[in-house]
Amino acid sequence: MAGIISYGAYIPLWRLSREVIAKAWESASTGGERSVANNDEDAITLASEAAIDCLCGLEREKVSGLYFASTTSPYKEKECSTLVAMAADLPPEIITADFGNSLRAATQAFRAALDAVISGSAGQVLVTASDCRIGYPRSSYEQTFGDAAAALLIGNTARPAVIVEGSYALSNELYDVWRLDKDTYVQSWEDRFIIEHGYTEIMEKVISGLLRKKALAVQDITKAVLYAPTSRAQQGLAHRLGFDVKTQLQDLLINNIGITGCAHALLMLVAALEEANAGDKILVASYGSGCDAFLLRVTKEIEEVRGNRRGVKRHMNSKRPLSSYARYLSYRGLLAPQPGEPFRLFPAATTSWRERNWAIRMHGSKCKNCGTVTFPIERVCYKCRSRDDFEEVRLSDKKARVFTFTLDNLAGRSDDPTIPQIGAEFDYQNTRAYLPMTDCDPGEVKIDMPVEMTFRRLYEGAGMYNYFWKCRPIR
Amino acid sequence: MESIKDKVAIVGMGCTKFGERWDAGLDDLAIEAVYEAYEDAGIDPKDIQACWYGSVTQPVVGIGCTHLAGPLKLHGIPMSRVENWCTTGHEALRNACFGVACGMYDLVLALGVEKLKDTGFPGLGAGRGMSTVLEARRTAPGSFGMIATRYFYTYGLSPEEGKRIIGKIAVKNHHNGSLCPKAHFHNRVTLEQVTSAPIIAWPLGLFDCCGNSDGGASALLVPASQAKNYRDDPIYIKGLGAAHSALLPQNRPAFDWLHFEEVINSSRQAYAQAGVKNPREQIDIAEIHDCFTSTELLLYELLGFSPEGKSKEDIDSGFFELGGGLPVNSDGGLKCFGHPVGASGLRMTYEVYKQLQGKAESTERQLKDTKLGISQTFGGPPQVAAVAVLGKEPGYP
Repeated sequence: MAGIISYGAYIPLWRLSREVIAKAWESASTGGERSVANNDEDAITLASEAAIDCLCGLEREKVSGLYFASTTSPYKEKECSTLVAMAADLPPEIITADFGNSLRAATQAFRAALDAVISGSAGQVLVTASDCRIGYPRSSYEQTFGDAAAALLIGNTARPAVIVEGSYALSNELYDVWRLDKDTYVQSWEDRFIIEHGYTEIMEKVISGLLRKKALAVQDITKAVLYAPTSRAQQGLAHRLGFDVKTQLQDLLINNIGITGCAHALLMLVAALEEANAGDKILVASYGSGCDAFLLRVTKEIEEVRGNRRGVKRHMNSKRPLSSYARYLSYRGLLAPQPGEPFRLFPAATTSWRERNWAIRMHGSKCKNCGTVTFPIERVCYKCRSRDDFEEVRLSDKKARVFTFTLDNLAGRSDDPTIPQIGAEFDYQNTRAYLPMTDCDPGEVKIDMPVEMTFRRLYEGAGMYNYFWKCRPIR
Repeated sequence: MESIKDKVAIVGMGCTKFGERWDAGLDDLAIEAVYEAYEDAGIDPKDIQACWYGSVTQPVVGIGCTHLAGPLKLHGIPMSRVENWCTTGHEALRNACFGVACGMYDLVLALGVEKLKDTGFPGLGAGRGMSTVLEARRTAPGSFGMIATRYFYTYGLSPEEGKRIIGKIAVKNHHNGSLCPKAHFHNRVTLEQVTSAPIIAWPLGLFDCCGNSDGGASALLVPASQAKNYRDDPIYIKGLGAAHSALLPQNRPAFDWLHFEEVINSSRQAYAQAGVKNPREQIDIAEIHDCFTSTELLLYELLGFSPEGKSKEDIDSGFFELGGGLPVNSDGGLKCFGHPVGASGLRMTYEVYKQLQGKAESTERQLKDTKLGISQTFGGPPQVAAVAVLGKEPGYP
């Protein structure tokens, strides 16, 4: 049976109170807070985090595909799924694809993954969805948008955690929200047109169409996971369809996270699965130039998945407030920092390619002769000098602690000057790595502080982005 | 393996005024450094048979030696460029010594020059590593700050206590620098000023960091047997040590961040060649790598001046001050000369040379009864170190 084998999510640590945005513009707050990705995060890094969360405790060798869905891909030309797959340390013999442009990109990827596992062209496909959309200054989108990623592992097995029982879709050519190829901010048409004629009408048609197709009544659905641009739109739709808003409607996550673009329907689904019981019927619908809807049935295998995943709930509770609107502008790259000392070595396609196994996969080398583990990969053993006699070991999933550190005020940028530089020791063979610490208050850094690895964007240079690992306090 | 001891002698040295030399380019600094040495040795520059030259900041000065061969008019002789992080000046000296010791040349120029103030940035900059990602934002104060943090932790010092101890090194070196005309900085500082200064890279504050300066220094080397033909008080090379560690400190498995084997090995090589068995007792003057005050603190122990973890006692007793048992950085060190990287090893050697000859600029800073001295550099991530032992009497110790 085709279905979901595992789920994962990632929500950036930083939350911006909507009061802070409102105060900056002397406008009204819509209440609650929104997530904001750090200045070293983008759709690729968010997706990588969600992918790794989803793969927690699973054999990564079994994954045979990775899809990346985003409307805010850092690259217009260059595949991102390949990079996410490598950061998640998936084997190279996999199918990959990027899905973009549409707010439905994630459910389109989900459908493609289902088709792939059903047809047998892939065994397990990891679907990642990630977005960091930006609303115009002072617009309502600026308050309602949030940054997050979700991931689902799709497979065709005897006992999936969630079985996909049916689907329905409708395509609708409409300018409701859009961005031109050079736009930073999301444009939109008048709300009354895009909510009433666009969102509500199309979602209603598809959801009722799916229920009709499966001969189900609204009451048969345990949870309706309905993407919506606002709470009001979501509740209006639920009322029209006849769902009980109190018991059947999955929370929109707008109070704590915000609307996270194409990732949102999957993010809400992950939140629903965290609470679901065996036998539950879940209806998922995402919207964007049409609608994709799926009917899911939860099995008792869901209990196996839940264990160590941070998912939505744990990520949602792990948060820190962003102190100011200025910091939001800086984190989202809307303010350019003063150029500092230029980097000595720009990324090069050749070096990035040669170093991919340690720089992106975060592999170290374990000497087959004496067992010494070093990071990065050393061809000649540091201890016994055996040559080319090592196996690669993954360090990205190992915990570490601060062995020594400095808080470097020369290393950062004008709007984020202090970089905690960490000499980290993994809880594995005294292996060491040198990593900046991110998502922290520099004042909290101490020797022996436990840290975990996180995949981040380091800087831009030579016309390309440069990714590497950092550490952070354990979330 | 033969020792270098008493095979080569220095018969002339020169050192520029260090500082923000907006008026001087690399060529001007080189001319200033070598013509003092020519005069000091009483030689005709046409008699120089080979030159080893060290400089680090390639983006500013370019590669090779041509940019100095021209200004110095070193016609028709071999000139080699050496670069090895902070030990670059020592590398020029070391290689020049070998050129003489093997019998190939009778008069060799060792030159170290650096023009830092043409970069437009304070400090040596970020991203000093060999990889586009591995050390993308590593800075010099950050690297050495990590050593200070671990030192404080290992020996149970609170940050306040630790900063007070290294702060005393800044006070000492600024005092020494105030007496040295060629130093960049002549200001004296109080412990209060040092410990309350803005943080550059925790736990290192502004006064824990050396300056960012321009400068150059040079030495003229001859076979020891010919030294007296040039002057009555040549200074003899007693030992030359240099060593690397095999990995960046941050990547060495299980490394304690204190026992930098490159420092230990390079100094023990040089001590063995010179016959130094008890450095604390036998060495009369030491110019050591105080790129940061915490570096000088750790070096006291790694070079065998103080027992491990006990530098504090020697600092508190004034053992390393001008009138102490082993004056360290009597000219103010990197703290007051700054660290024009390629020049530093030779600048330190210049101070030892002058002190051993009894030719410091003033009696106030002239050390008494000096027979044996060392100059020492330690740098990179850090991962490389070098030591030269110098003495004024053949056969000693």
